Amino acid sequence: MKHVLESVESLFETFQILNEDGEIVNKDDMPDISDDELKELMRRMVYTRILDQRSIALNRQGRLGFYAPTAGQEASQLGSQFALEKDDFLLPGYRDVPQLIWQGLPLYQAFLFSKGHFHGNQMPEDLQALSPQIIIGAQYVQTAGVALGMKKRGAKTVAVTYTGDGGTSQGDFYEGINFAGAYKAPAIFVVQNNGFAISVPRELQTSAKTLAQKAVAAGIEGIQVDGMDVLAVYAATKQARERAVAGEGPTLLELLTYRYGPHTMSGDDPTRYRSEEMDNEWEKKDPLVRFRKFLENKGLWSEEEENKVIEEAKEDIKQAIKDAEKYPKQKVTDLIGNMYEELPSNLKEQMEEYKEKESK
Amino acid sequence: MAQMTMIQAITDAMRTELKNDENVLVFGEDVGKNGGVFRATEGLQAEFGEDRVFDTPLAESGIGGLAIGLATQGFRPVPEIQFFGFVYEVMDSISGQMARMRYRSGGRWHMPITVRAPFGGGVHTPELHADSLEGLMAQQPGLKVVIPSTPYEAKGLLISAIRDNDPVIFLEHMKLYRSFREEVPEEEYTVEIGKADVKREGKDVTLVAYGAMVHSCLKAADELEKDGISAEVIDLRTVSPIDIETILESVKKTNRAVVVQEAQKQAGVAANVVTEIQQRAILHLEAPVLRVTAPDTVYAFSDAEEVWLPNHKDIIEKVNTVLNF
Repeated sequence: MKHVLESVESLFETFQILNEDGEIVNKDDMPDISDDELKELMRRMVYTRILDQRSIALNRQGRLGFYAPTAGQEASQLGSQFALEKDDFLLPGYRDVPQLIWQGLPLYQAFLFSKGHFHGNQMPEDLQALSPQIIIGAQYVQTAGVALGMKKRGAKTVAVTYTGDGGTSQGDFYEGINFAGAYKAPAIFVVQNNGFAISVPRELQTSAKTLAQKAVAAGIEGIQVDGMDVLAVYAATKQARERAVAGEGPTLLELLTYRYGPHTMSGDDPTRYRSEEMDNEWEKKDPLVRFRKFLENKGLWSEEEENKVIEEAKEDIKQAIKDAEKYPKQKVTDLIGNMYEELPSNLKEQMEEYKEKESK
Repeated sequence: MAQMTMIQAITDAMRTELKNDENVLVFGEDVGKNGGVFRATEGLQAEFGEDRVFDTPLAESGIGGLAIGLATQGFRPVPEIQFFGFVYEVMDSISGQMARMRYRSGGRWHMPITVRAPFGGGVHTPELHADSLEGLMAQQPGLKVVIPSTPYEAKGLLISAIRDNDPVIFLEHMKLYRSFREEVPEEEYTVEIGKADVKREGKDVTLVAYGAMVHSCLKAADELEKDGISAEVIDLRTVSPIDIETILESVKKTNRAVVVQEAQKQAGVAANVVTEIQQRAILHLEAPVLRVTAPDTVYAFSDAEEVWLPNHKDIIEKVNTVLNF
C-alpha cells in the first residue's frame, strides 16, 4: 500500500524570501516590487504596530470595547492586503481590522467597530468588504459566493478571506474552499496560523502536518508561507491573485505567524498556555525587525523615518479616537430602522414605543 | 388562465422572475438537470442555462454562504434547501448572517435572498424531512417567513419574495404540491407579503391557520356548517410578520377564535397569534382563544404520523369548546 499522506505532506515546505536576519534566501521568488512600495510596506507595519499598542492602552482605559491584538501578525495581515487591488473584496475575521484600514476603512470607524457601534461596520461605498466576521468560518462560505459572483460578472477581481488555525476545523472552512474550487471561483483563502485558537494549540486541531495541505482534498492550490516574512506573504498572495483572475481557481494560503498579545483584551491570559521561551523564539522572527534590517541594508530606511511614522500614527489615532467618541451613540431606533427595507407592522409599533423612550 | 398544481405555480413564478431580472439565480442540490427532487425547477436550467440555474455541492451551509456572497455582487439568489429539516445545517447563514446583514452593515449591504424549501407532514418521509420549523425562522428578526396554501398564492407570493430586498424564507408544504389544481394566471402578478387572506367568511368563530392546515380548517368549516355553525377561515400566508389587523377584524365580529398550526405547541406561531388576540381584543372575546397543534414531541415519522398531525376533527372539537364555553 502506498503511503499517500507522507508524499502529500512532503510537498508543503514553508515558502520564505527573507530570513530572520533580513537576508534574501530565495532570490528567484523575489516579487517585482519598487523601492517606494517596499518603504510603504514598512511604513504600514510600523503604523499598525503602534495602532495595536495604542488600542491596547485605550482598551485598558475603557475607551474601546472588543479588541483582538495584532502585534506579530503584521507581515501576514499587511503583506497579503498589499497584494490586492482597490476593487477586490475583503471578508475579514475579527482580528483583521488592519487589512480593512489599509484597504480604506477610516480609522475612527475601526474604533467604532471596537466599541460595538454599527457605523464601524458601515463600509464606505468604495470599500468592497464585509465587516469582521464573529462566527469562525462563516466568512469562508460567503467568500465562495462573492467569488462566484465576480466570475459570473466577468470581473477581474478576487474575494479574499481570513481565518486562523482554529478556523480550519470548522465545517464552513471545508465547504467554502470546496465550493470555490468546484466553481473555479477567484478566491484567496488566507489562514493565519498563529499556533493557538485562543488556548488550544494547532496540534490539537488536526493530525495534518500543515494546514495548507487541506487544499489538496478540495482540488485547489495550497501553499505554506513564512507569515513573519512580509515579502513572502506579498509574493504568494500576488501569485494567488494572478491565478484567480486568470480563471485558474482559488488558493489556500497558510501563513505561519504568532500573536504576541492575548487572544482578545477580554480577559485572556496567554501565560496559561504559552511559555516565555516560545514567546522569545517567535520574537526573534519578528516581521518588523527582519524587514527593517533588509531595508536598512538597502539604504531605504532609517530611525528618523521610523520615528516620523510613529508620530504620524499617534497623531492619527488621537484624532480618530476623538472622532469615534464624538460620533452619535447607537440607539434602539437605529436597530429597528435597519432591520428591513420597509418597517413591518410589528416594528412600526415598536419604533413609536422606542422613539418615546429615547426622547425622555 | 391555466390549471396548475402548487408545484407548477412555483416553477412558473421562478420562470417569470428569471425572465424579468437577469440577476435572479436559482441553485441548490439537484435543481439543475434533475429539476429538483420535487421537480420545482423542472425545465429551468434548459431554458435559462447553467449560469443562471445550477447545481451546488451537497452542503447546506455552503449554499447559504453562496447566496450571501452572490447577493453582495448584485445578484438576487433563490437557493433551494432540499428539505427544510436540513435547515439546521444552514442556520448560521440564515439567522446569524443574512438576517442581520442590513443592520450589521448599516444598510451598506442587503440580502435579497429567497430561501425555498419543502416542509410539512403527511407524506411519509424519513426523519427530518417533514418538520414544521417556521417558528424557528419567525423568531429571527430580519427575515420574512411566507407559507402559501394554494397554487394561485404560491405564484404571487413567490414573485413578491424574489423581488423583496430582504431575505424571505419561502416554505412549501409537500402535501399541497400536487393535491389539487386551480386557475393560475399565466401572466405575472404579486400577492403582498405580510397580508393575511380571509379564505371563507363566517360569523360564529374565527379559525386562523397557514399552509396545509388552511385546508383542514376549510374542511372543518364545511362540517360545522352542517350543524349550523358558521366559521370564518383566515389564511395567514405570512407567519412573520403577522397581519394582526385582519385577524382582529374577524375576531371582533365572531368573538371566538381557534388558532391552528401543524407544528408542535410550544412557542411557535400560534402562541404569538393567541397572545396578540388576547392583548388587543380581550373585550370582544366570549371564550379563551384555543390552539390546535401537534404534541410537543419531535415529528412522528412512520406509523404515528396520522395521529400526531392535527386534523379537521381536532379543529371541530376545539370550535365546539369555544362555542360552549
